[in-house]
Amino acid sequence: MAFVQNVPFFSIILSMFSGIVSSVLPEKQAKWLNTAVITLVGAMSAWLLSYLLEVGGSFTFMMGHFPAPWGNEIRAGALEALMALIFSIIMLLSLLGGRKKLKDEVEITKHNIYYILTDLLLSSLLALIYTNDLFTAYVFVEINTISACGLIMIRQNGRTIEAAVRYMIMSLLGSGLLLMGICMLYDLTGHLLMSNIKESVQQIMAEGSYRVPMLITIGLITVGLSIKSALFPFHAWLPDAYGYSTVSSAAMLSSLVSKGYIFLLIKIFYRVIGIDIIRNSNILNVLFVFGLCAMIFGSVSAIWENDIRRMISFSSVAQIGYIYMGFGLGTEAGMVASVFHILMHAATKSMLFISAIGLTDVSNGSRHFAELTGSGYRNKIAGIGFTVGSLSMVGIPCFAGFVSKILFAQAAVANNAPVKIFPTVIVLAISTILNAVYFLKTVIRIYVPEDPAFEKQQGYLFFQISRQKLYGLTIICFIALNLVLGMMSQPIVHIIEIGLQNFS
Amino acid sequence: MLLFGANFISNIGEEVAMVLFGIGFANLLFQKNLIKKIIGLNIMDSSVYLFLAEKGYIEGRLAPIVVNGIQDVNTYINPIPSGLVLTGIVVSVSVTALMLSLTVRLYRRYHTLDLDEISARLKKEGL
Repeated sequence: MAFVQNVPFFSIILSMFSGIVSSVLPEKQAKWLNTAVITLVGAMSAWLLSYLLEVGGSFTFMMGHFPAPWGNEIRAGALEALMALIFSIIMLLSLLGGRKKLKDEVEITKHNIYYILTDLLLSSLLALIYTNDLFTAYVFVEINTISACGLIMIRQNGRTIEAAVRYMIMSLLGSGLLLMGICMLYDLTGHLLMSNIKESVQQIMAEGSYRVPMLITIGLITVGLSIKSALFPFHAWLPDAYGYSTVSSAAMLSSLVSKGYIFLLIKIFYRVIGIDIIRNSNILNVLFVFGLCAMIFGSVSAIWENDIRRMISFSSVAQIGYIYMGFGLGTEAGMVASVFHILMHAATKSMLFISAIGLTDVSNGSRHFAELTGSGYRNKIAGIGFTVGSLSMVGIPCFAGFVSKILFAQAAVANNAPVKIFPTVIVLAISTILNAVYFLKTVIRIYVPEDPAFEKQQGYLFFQISRQKLYGLTIICFIALNLVLGMMSQPIVHIIEIGLQNFS
Repeated sequence: MLLFGANFISNIGEEVAMVLFGIGFANLLFQKNLIKKIIGLNIMDSSVYLFLAEKGYIEGRLAPIVVNGIQDVNTYINPIPSGLVLTGIVVSVSVTALMLSLTVRLYRRYHTLDLDEISARLKKEGL
């Protein structure tokens, strides 16, 4: 066994222990430990990714001293390593971008709790990415939910507590369904490890016994995880939770937490049930319809919204719809497009949240469109960041959003079910136009010059790069990441294809 | 029909678990009162544990604790569902504690347990 194969285990355990240690550390050291651990996890994941690309295939890592059918396992392939790498980069950038703002938003005594929660969030995300055991996945889903809830409510006002309660209720409904599904799957197959379950499931489906319980199980797990990742009819908690929490929390929640659940769902599709059985059941058609509804509904709600943070949150609903629509196409190409969209959305949405806070800060903290007039001049770097993010979301070439849109369109046209071609392409076009309406409206708004006398009268601050070097640097890194995803998409898409092949 | 009847009686535990799951789920989703929601959550989780325990139990076998040196597999029930139930209980206790603490926070601020009313007041405050 090569030493690099320890990386998945090390990254999970390091982030978890740093959370535990942070509880007794003073605020400043907790902050440094958190930054160091996220950087280290990112670097190790990059190392693992390069190793896996060189060697090819995937490996399993035995946890504890019991071999396969009894013990617990970790599994890593190229796709998992890529996910861990991008997630840790985005988490690091989100935290750096909101660091200065965190001092205003959260009391200083609670800062180390904030870092404990982010450490736990990272460890649970990594565990969801790497685990090969369904019940472990359930436990980490709950840890993820609890830490995300903490990240919402750490900023104490009525709005965030209410949002946290609503988030918890929806999440608990989802995890209840997921737990029931996992228990039924265990009863049907007698295993908890993903690869063993898959063998039994294939045997059961070949024999034709237990067809109905198996369909119910698939339904429970899929519905549970899509409730947790805020698919269209279950998104009521989302705008409040993302709109009023601290900016780093909003960036991490929108870009990472929901994506962790979606990635687990992909793993269950490929590695637990088997993608052929999923395609033969009608569950993908259900996801397809709800995905299309989400794409339209999320964008329409975003257009009505008059608050910049809530607008970006509603845009998340639409983007989650894109991902599920890609699942619903039922082809390999659709899945690749969805996975790329996960990465693209994570990179872009966190940039939008971080830039939006820069814009509202130079408008006396107001988030309404009328007051944001001219804020792109008052805070130039945030204006540029917001513009890049908007163009990427709309799907302008050079940026990441364009690549994922073109992948979706190609997947739709190459689809072997002709019923799905026209709805997909038409809804994709409508949704792109709606995206353009609300994002470009905002971009134009922030670049309409405001009367200097009025600005002085309102006492608007002007952003000085010398005083917020870290913030400027973060935005530049975000822009670079977006350009990398947009212009060097070929190798990334290739890694995703290899990873999905390794899954099945 | 006779077969259905026989299955119905022998799987009565699982059926009760499913009905309880439905009751808990509906309570968590539709109740306005936060405390009743939390009670619904607990009913839902307990029903899953009942389901697991019922599935893991084999008629006429002992609890999986080795006594008198008997190590034959056929003497004992399957220990894994019991382990899963224990893990699940830990998770649901922590989640319940978190929900209750959030409820206390909201009650101290707004003096009501009705989530819709809290939302209405938040809109009026208009933060």
